[in-house]
Amino acid sequence: MTAHAHPAHLETSTGLDNRKLAIWTFIGSECMFFATLISNYLVNKGRSLVGPYPHEPWTSPAGQHFEPIFEIPLVTLGTALLLFSSLFVVLALSGAQRGDRKALLGWLAATLACGIFFVGMQVYEFTHFVHRGLGFTTNLFGSSFYTLTGFHGTHVTIGVIWLATLWIDALRGRLQPHRALNLEMAALYWHFVDVVWIIIFPVVYLIK
Amino acid sequence: MATRVLDQHPAHAAAHGEKTGLWSWVTTVDHKRIGILYGATAFFFFLLGGVEALLLRIQLGSPESTFLSPDTYNQLFTMHGTTMIFLAIMPLSAMFFNYLIPLQIGARDVAFPRLNAFSYWVFLLGGLFLNSSFLFGAAPDQGWFGYANLTSKQYSPGLNVDFWMLGLQILGIASLAAAVNFFVTVLNMRAPGMTLMRMPMFVWMSFITQVLLLLAFPVITVALILLMYDRFFGSNFFVPSGGGDPLLWQHLFWIFGHPEVYILILPAFGIVSEVLPVFSRKPLFGYAAMVFSGVFIAFLGFGVWSHHMFSTGMGPLADTFFALTTMLIAIPTGVKIFNWIGTMWGGSLQYRTPMLFAIGFIAMFIIGGLSGVMHSSPPADLQQTDTYFVVAHFHYVLFGGSIFGLTAGAYYWWPKMFGRLLDERLGKLHFWLMLIGFNLTFFPMHFVGLHGMPRRVYTYPEGLGFDLMNQIETAGSFVLTVAFLVFLYNIFKTSRQPRNAPADPWNGATLEWSIPSPPPEFNFAEIPTVHGRDALWEMKRQRGGQLPEPIRASGAGIHMPNPSYWPLVTAVGVLAVFVSLMVIGHTGVLGVAAAIALLFVGVYMWAYEPAG
Amino acid sequence: MDAYATDTAHTEHSHPTAGLYFKVGLVLFVLTALEVGLYEITYGEHASSFAPTIKPLFVPLLLLLSAAKFALVAMFYMHLKQDHKLFSGVFVFPLIIAAFIIVALIILQAYHFSFSRAG
Repeated sequence: MTAHAHPAHLETSTGLDNRKLAIWTFIGSECMFFATLISNYLVNKGRSLVGPYPHEPWTSPAGQHFEPIFEIPLVTLGTALLLFSSLFVVLALSGAQRGDRKALLGWLAATLACGIFFVGMQVYEFTHFVHRGLGFTTNLFGSSFYTLTGFHGTHVTIGVIWLATLWIDALRGRLQPHRALNLEMAALYWHFVDVVWIIIFPVVYLIK
Repeated sequence: MATRVLDQHPAHAAAHGEKTGLWSWVTTVDHKRIGILYGATAFFFFLLGGVEALLLRIQLGSPESTFLSPDTYNQLFTMHGTTMIFLAIMPLSAMFFNYLIPLQIGARDVAFPRLNAFSYWVFLLGGLFLNSSFLFGAAPDQGWFGYANLTSKQYSPGLNVDFWMLGLQILGIASLAAAVNFFVTVLNMRAPGMTLMRMPMFVWMSFITQVLLLLAFPVITVALILLMYDRFFGSNFFVPSGGGDPLLWQHLFWIFGHPEVYILILPAFGIVSEVLPVFSRKPLFGYAAMVFSGVFIAFLGFGVWSHHMFSTGMGPLADTFFALTTMLIAIPTGVKIFNWIGTMWGGSLQYRTPMLFAIGFIAMFIIGGLSGVMHSSPPADLQQTDTYFVVAHFHYVLFGGSIFGLTAGAYYWWPKMFGRLLDERLGKLHFWLMLIGFNLTFFPMHFVGLHGMPRRVYTYPEGLGFDLMNQIETAGSFVLTVAFLVFLYNIFKTSRQPRNAPADPWNGATLEWSIPSPPPEFNFAEIPTVHGRDALWEMKRQRGGQLPEPIRASGAGIHMPNPSYWPLVTAVGVLAVFVSLMVIGHTGVLGVAAAIALLFVGVYMWAYEPAG
Repeated sequence: MDAYATDTAHTEHSHPTAGLYFKVGLVLFVLTALEVGLYEITYGEHASSFAPTIKPLFVPLLLLLSAAKFALVAMFYMHLKQDHKLFSGVFVFPLIIAAFIIVALIILQAYHFSFSRAG
């Protein structure tokens, strides 16, 4: 990213930065992406021909018994950590804008830790579910669940990579206050991914 | 981003500003060059789609014809539709977005020039990917709308659906990237004094189109992902035996598909709204109403989709809701038509070629709109749906509408883009042949459809009353072919003329006519200040009539972005990801990982490209 | 064509303090705890005796809690409250369309499946 000072005669029509407007525009578009995935999950709810099911136990025709698949405590922990990561990243951004390199590096590292944990939790959750009998093609619930949460997790992973890249930039002293917008864009994306989870968590895990 | 200062030395200025050679085109980030790339590529695909249509018409010209096998027919009609929509009309519109939006708002380029180049390359690669299916004898054959569960692995085991599914995803990425770019450009890069309500109507309609793109494409992206999971990984989203519902596909497809048709027509609305005032020597009638009706159409366009599904048994409540919204959307459309007529009323009409196509657009679009509104009634639609009546409707709005409008734009802006005026006599010949050929081909379809001829059929028995109409339609398609040959000849003949078109051959109202034809790389020597709508007419009034022919400035001291090949590399990365998904059976997850790695390299190098 | 606004911290209105961010974070945590708590008392192993009365209110309450969390993150962490209204517009408009699509699909599919059950 270039680092030249902002020439006065290039003022934009709205006074807003092109790139900040662009990331918000992209986020608006992504709302529709996740809305479609959520719709797909909701219209398929309760329509699986076989278990395992999210909230009810099920015994297969062969006599195998399956408990409800969701494990709320683990997912709640992940949810809380994702929420905290939003707090941490906005503190990191504040640090970047003030030129406080320690705050920036510290809070951004905390954000990354939370994000990595969240992805780790999801990977654990997925493998655990598969072991317990819920594969991708086992039933409509499995397909819809893994698709929705998998795409969300992919978005988190991309966010982690993006933020990690910026953390390395910061370490090299390349995230000065006049370049804080780079972090602001990544932070907005990160918050959006968190906000999507704020919807997914109750809609998928808590509503029966 | 990377910039460079244009050469101070006047002798070098022209050479620098007009870099030639293949590499300069491969690495260009100039919106005008990208526009021309879009136009040339899209026009090629348009002709390809036309050849596909001609073959279909030859097959249908006589009952029980064996010219094409049913399988070939299916591939041709699917590719005709897919090509015309995604590889012709949309990118032809993109040509105009690219070339004109910065010029009409008084900017030097779009907000993100490299992203702009990226969009073009992804489009080109996507179009090539889709058409490469012919080389495998497996062109998509499931209709451009890909209804489930015909598209399931069980009923479409070959590569045909895979090419379509992945090809559309690639094209979707191009559209989304461009939409972000133009959305920001229009909001943020207008010249001083150009408020939103002083923008040219083409910019407004294009802006609304970008919003539709941003909101509609994610929906089909998900639908195609679900289809891909069904086909590649064995899920059952659209497979009834696994609990899935084929109707879900239709909903998701048309939630995208209906806004898509407004994406196809709004740019043409914008073009016509530019051409009519100039050739009526009168400002556009009802500017504000035109803006608000466009916004209303876009918004409401998300509430009508199930009118494509009236025969699926959704129930009386759903049928009624969508019938009402569909009827409602006819109102803002009608407002536009009356405003176009109002623009011409009392004007001093100049019947030049662009104007002929614009007037032809109005007439043909009215017919298409009338048949459309006839579809809005579910009981009536039960007779019309899946017949040639629908084929007539959408060709009147897409060909009679979009293509006529885009052609008007081509003739109108050709001198600006290429420095040469297309031949007027050949242009008029093109128009009349196209008008006659088009109506011969498509008007009889209204009748043959209501008489019961189904659509998407490769032949029909004789003696059902379809024979004569189909013969007329096929004859019409040959007249159309001649029309396009005339156009091609016009382009060829014009390319041999000297490049001496004036900056403002038509007495235009908008800023692009204030700079030389073709414009220098930096567009405006000095960014203009705008004082009202029809900015250029306003400027001419201020100076007592005409403006002098603009001189070719050297552009000394103007910062322009550096060319770059990272957009192309990233685009290749995008293609690689989808190809790796296609061949996942052979190259596995490793192949996908390698493709993603290439994509990452492209993105990183692009992001960290030095400022030069 | 680069056009960034100079130092964003100065061009916005009074910048939120770290204290405000922490407070919002605490509220988010509490709201999440309430969501899970609501779930537990309605459907959990330790479901209370109030569970049957709560059940019809469960979904609306849950959606309300998550909407509150959504709004807090959007307004304070994403700075929509103090930023230019255009950003809010660019975010909210797609949300409205998205909400409409979700609701419409749920209703349409519910009708569709009820028809198929009725034969």
